[in-house]
Amino acid sequence: MNQPPHAYTDFHPRWYRPRLSTYWWLDRWPYLAFILRELSSVFVAWAVVYLLFLVQALARGASSYRQFLDWSASPGIVLLNVVALAFLCFHAVTWFNLAPQAMVVHMRGKRVPGMWIAISNYVAWAVVSLLVIWLLVARD
Amino acid sequence: MPDRITLQVVRYRPEKEAEPTEQEYEVPCPKDWVVLDGLNYIKDQLDGTLSYRWSCRMGICGSCGMMVNGEPKLTCATFLSEYGPGPVRVEPLRNFPIVRDLVVEMGDFMRKLPTVKPWIVRKEEKPLAEGEYRQTPEQLDEYKQFSMCINCMLCYSACPVYGLEPHFVGPAAIALAQRYNLDSRDQGSRERLDLLSDHEGIWGCTFVGECTRVCPKHVDPAGAIQRYKLTAALDWLKGFFLPRGAR
Repeated sequence: MNQPPHAYTDFHPRWYRPRLSTYWWLDRWPYLAFILRELSSVFVAWAVVYLLFLVQALARGASSYRQFLDWSASPGIVLLNVVALAFLCFHAVTWFNLAPQAMVVHMRGKRVPGMWIAISNYVAWAVVSLLVIWLLVARD
Repeated sequence: MPDRITLQVVRYRPEKEAEPTEQEYEVPCPKDWVVLDGLNYIKDQLDGTLSYRWSCRMGICGSCGMMVNGEPKLTCATFLSEYGPGPVRVEPLRNFPIVRDLVVEMGDFMRKLPTVKPWIVRKEEKPLAEGEYRQTPEQLDEYKQFSMCINCMLCYSACPVYGLEPHFVGPAAIALAQRYNLDSRDQGSRERLDLLSDHEGIWGCTFVGECTRVCPKHVDPAGAIQRYKLTAALDWLKGFFLPRGAR
């Protein structure tokens, strides 16, 4: 008798075993928000690929860059980039809000409140964004 | 506020039904009645055949977890009046096999729990003469939140990962592993990390975060798992860059 005494119950014939529906993520908003957050990673990947295309076009010279700009102005790409921007913002906001749960920071022996960890993420986001805007606009 | 409310209770009687059905009961709804009071009223006054678990009525024993209007709740801490004018749907906890009516089978958790060694592991015990293992209030605060778990299974019921992948160790067990990892008296974190650092352990979690939202004791299992992932990732990095002895 090697098996533990409860092992027979693993295959208990009379238990009802409900199955999770394929559409479980439509049940409640937090589940749907989670699925959208996971989906947003596809758009993050798109943003990276788009940036690489831009760099490649720049490296190939002026005419190539002009061609890239024309391609970017086509309605399909504009629509895709607008949707991607919305998903990227959703991605960033949801992850910044979740950061305090994963990060525990101690300062002078005391735990830094979660809110400050989220705020520091937003501040870093704003600083980097301002820096990029300055690089693009102010240095023209 | 209505003076009576309808409870739609899911019944499952394995001796005569192949799958769960629903039965409606009308119960009184005074403002201090919780869902469990409604169930006790049914059992005492209307239908003695209804089966469900309960014990302490005060959020300590963790026995009376059920789905109330689709949300995992301790029925002893969920007021009927919040759901006025009703009806209130009471179902067995999701993601578990149903034994009968509102009673679920949680043996899976009971088998997983000891595998994470939720006790203080010492490499070598201190001789008795040296006294007890002392702890400062700050050291206690490090893990106290995770020690509040009452094994009520609401987090497993809220977790779609557990619903889809029953081999996942799950929120409460990992939070309890973390409770001992963060205990200054414990030396077993390496053993637990080796066990939990895989797809059925911490990396199975996709951070849906619902376990934390439904936890009646504010344990934050999702937080415990994400912190654990950070520890595991840093440990992997150290193993990658540092010679074995320096870890």
